[in-house]
Amino acid sequence: MTLGPVGRAMEERLRAALQPEHLEILDQSHHHAGHAGAHPEGESHFHVVIVSQAFAGKPLVQRHRMVNEALGDLLKERIHALSITAKAPGE
Amino acid sequence: MSNPVHDWIDSVVKSNDVVLFMKGTKEQPMCGFSGRVAQILQYLDVPFTDVNVLASDELRQGIKEYTNWPTIPQLYVKGEFIGGCDIVTEMFQNGELVKLLSDKGIPHRAPTA
Repeated sequence: MTLGPVGRAMEERLRAALQPEHLEILDQSHHHAGHAGAHPEGESHFHVVIVSQAFAGKPLVQRHRMVNEALGDLLKERIHALSITAKAPGE
Repeated sequence: MSNPVHDWIDSVVKSNDVVLFMKGTKEQPMCGFSGRVAQILQYLDVPFTDVNVLASDELRQGIKEYTNWPTIPQLYVKGEFIGGCDIVTEMFQNGELVKLLSDKGIPHRAPTA
């Protein structure tokens, strides 16, 4: 599925902050249509799969914090739900 | 710079061994992510305190600031933030959660392999 403007902004920020070797952003908003927090225009629920050298040797909480920080205000103000799979290369 | 909501959260996570901040209650979760973490804890027979963040906007906002973590649910063990739904699920699947509970002296059922 093609990403909308929010998904594309997420992609840009994650690439800039974490230089991922692999990045997948899945918009799962259609699974949650009508659910509390869903936006009528969609792009509210995302799943991110990210593989980056920056995660090597770091615990999960810290990896997730790095993703959250990279997304910044998008996460605070626009995205309702985000699930993250964050791996270092080779994991 | 004392914030009464942060002080309240601080006292809850420090006076209860396992606390889950969630949407809804363990009996009636109001969100799939919160429900999944509650289910994992119940599966492992872990005694835990559930705090329904939907009870107040101050609490729902306050827990995000307290932990500096943007999403709910949030699991605390012995005052330490463990993670949200993805992290708890991954730790459950790879055995780290059971190890953590054992290390912290939290009673739980040994999962069948």
